[in-house]
Amino acid sequence: MAKGDLVSGSIWDEYSNNVIRRMDDPLHQGEITEERAKELNTKLIIADFGAESCGDAVRLYWAVNEETNVIEESKFKSFGCGTAIASSDVMAELCMGKTVDEAVKITNIDVEFALRDNADTPAVPPQKMHCSVMAYDVIKKAAAEYKGVDMESFESEVMVCECARVSLGTIQEVIRINDLTTIEQITDYTKAGAFCKSCIKPGGHEDREWYLVDILKDTRLEMASDKLKNAADASQNGEATFDTMTIVQRIKAVDAILDTDIRPMLVMDGGNMEIIDIKDNSPHYDIYIRYLGACNGCDSGSTGTLYAIESVLKDKVDENIRILPI
Amino acid sequence: MMEVYLDNNATTMVDPLVFEEMKPFLTKIYGNPNSLHRFGSGTHPKMLEALDYLYEGINAHDNDDIIITGNATESNNMVIKGIWIDKILNGDKNHIITTEVEHPAITATLKFLETQGVNVTYLPVNEEGVLEAHTVRAYIKDETALVTVMWANNETGKIFPIEEIGEICREMNVPFHTDATQAIGKITVDVQKCNVDYLSFSAHKFHGPKGIGGLYVKKGYELTPLFHGGEQMAGKRAGTVDVASMVGMGLAMKLATQGSAIEYEQTVVKGYRDQLEAAILEIPETIVIGGKDNRTPNTTLISIRGVEGESMLWDLNQKGIGASTGSACASESLEANPVMNAFGSDSELAHTGVRLSLSRFNTQEEVDYAIDVIKTAVLRLRHISSSYAYAPESHDSQL
Repeated sequence: MAKGDLVSGSIWDEYSNNVIRRMDDPLHQGEITEERAKELNTKLIIADFGAESCGDAVRLYWAVNEETNVIEESKFKSFGCGTAIASSDVMAELCMGKTVDEAVKITNIDVEFALRDNADTPAVPPQKMHCSVMAYDVIKKAAAEYKGVDMESFESEVMVCECARVSLGTIQEVIRINDLTTIEQITDYTKAGAFCKSCIKPGGHEDREWYLVDILKDTRLEMASDKLKNAADASQNGEATFDTMTIVQRIKAVDAILDTDIRPMLVMDGGNMEIIDIKDNSPHYDIYIRYLGACNGCDSGSTGTLYAIESVLKDKVDENIRILPI
Repeated sequence: MMEVYLDNNATTMVDPLVFEEMKPFLTKIYGNPNSLHRFGSGTHPKMLEALDYLYEGINAHDNDDIIITGNATESNNMVIKGIWIDKILNGDKNHIITTEVEHPAITATLKFLETQGVNVTYLPVNEEGVLEAHTVRAYIKDETALVTVMWANNETGKIFPIEEIGEICREMNVPFHTDATQAIGKITVDVQKCNVDYLSFSAHKFHGPKGIGGLYVKKGYELTPLFHGGEQMAGKRAGTVDVASMVGMGLAMKLATQGSAIEYEQTVVKGYRDQLEAAILEIPETIVIGGKDNRTPNTTLISIRGVEGESMLWDLNQKGIGASTGSACASESLEANPVMNAFGSDSELAHTGVRLSLSRFNTQEEVDYAIDVIKTAVLRLRHISSSYAYAPESHDSQL
């Protein structure tokens, strides 16, 4: 990928021949008049959709047979770049002969696919995928007009990335299941954010309701809070293992053993000990301790006593514990 | 098919005379100029001659420096980062003033400095896309380390009041840098008259080769270098000098600034530009973005209602014409250029601007051809266009 990115300005080089042909000579460009719709015994639907960010706009005309709900004729007008015109053209074509309900199922991904020269090569460069989204939106607008419903009703999920059609639920799920920590990982797993990049963070090509940076942050926060909750539950049910415990739980677990098995012996000799810190030092857990009272300076603190403390904790808490007196 | 290049603000053709001048330094006199032998020292006369042309081209004093760099981007980085190191990191300043319509070579560099804690003021431009000199005075403060303002804008060709800004900076004792990339060879550039302390330029914008540029530094305003290494350019810019390109840039500067060069731009090139512009303005609902006054003579940025910029470029390209647009659609990042944003990103202007930039190599025949092609393209694209086709007031028009 890196080598391919070094020479810029290649947007047009990546257009398929189909895109070029339709830009140079769109087949379905034009309007359907009231007269024409009547002649066909159909209902005329006119829908406008504009993408505020690029200023691109498309108008879709349908002549719909009201008995069969079939779109008998479909035409468009478009203000936009070559990809926007080519996408609109293929979109109008895909609508033709379909029922309105079938047409609503045409997505921007279908539009882009129909513009390919062969199945394996994208028809447009990633940042131009965005232009095909408008084609999808105007279909929903036309269908909503025909059926007298709200266009939002055709979309059951919240789409975070319109270009790749990745929903909020999908993104949250891949973050959780795969323990993802970066935006690049989300894009690798889902393709969200791979195209126009608007959904990655605010300030991109167009304003979005949801951004990957926020979803990642919130999901990670939820995951962290879930982890704590699980640790608390496990501890309550006596199922906690040292590696899943929080730091507080670890201190408590170690202290509890010290209280029952170690401290009574030390106190008898006029001494005591405290935990200073517990550090993950994979595969070990290093527990830093300090001797108090008579234990402080006692020779056994680095030999017999130390060995006793370590073996009790290894036995009762975790075998990877190491005790380090300071 | 005729090929017509109308994108000279992006880059220019190397003048064939310049190319001829460069050739011996690639194949015959190819020594390293720092070598003592004949292969190296043989480069010196032409390098010195090139410097003479560069100094004369911008009226630099012999005591000042013109450091040969890779391009204006490097020159801009050298000034901004040099000021940062000398006056901000190792001094008591912490503020730089610029405009909101600079080239990314300025803006991106300053955005980087902002991440390092430097305060940057991006001054707004007026409705014609030009910074008004008095605005600069209002924002200069004790901490200001540099004022950097472009001499002419790359998109609109609008010329900024460099002499007045230079006067204000001198009066308030703040170093003044100008990126003159779009001005050299189009209008008179005089660093002494305009009180300029630093000036950047790139050879490929005035029919020299790509990959070579220069930075003028007034005596007393020397900065820590960007490149450390050998002692080339008196240690101010290390790295073996691209002799062929430097010689080429020198001659290109001479051809672009001496004799009647500027007059030719102001009469013949401007005449072609005006013809093109007038022909497009005959089409209903077209306007010159930023207005016609006070522009470089080769540039026009025109908005054609209902015709999206990239689709216009597409049609022109299919007919052999190279032009440019500020439309966001045509950029890799889908972001409109800063000038378009300065004129208001909501406006249709941001999406319909087409920039035509000419040079002394354009001909009357090319201009006539371009006018025909542009009119045909507007007719076709407006026919497809949704934002024009159903605007009722347009239906009477043939275009």
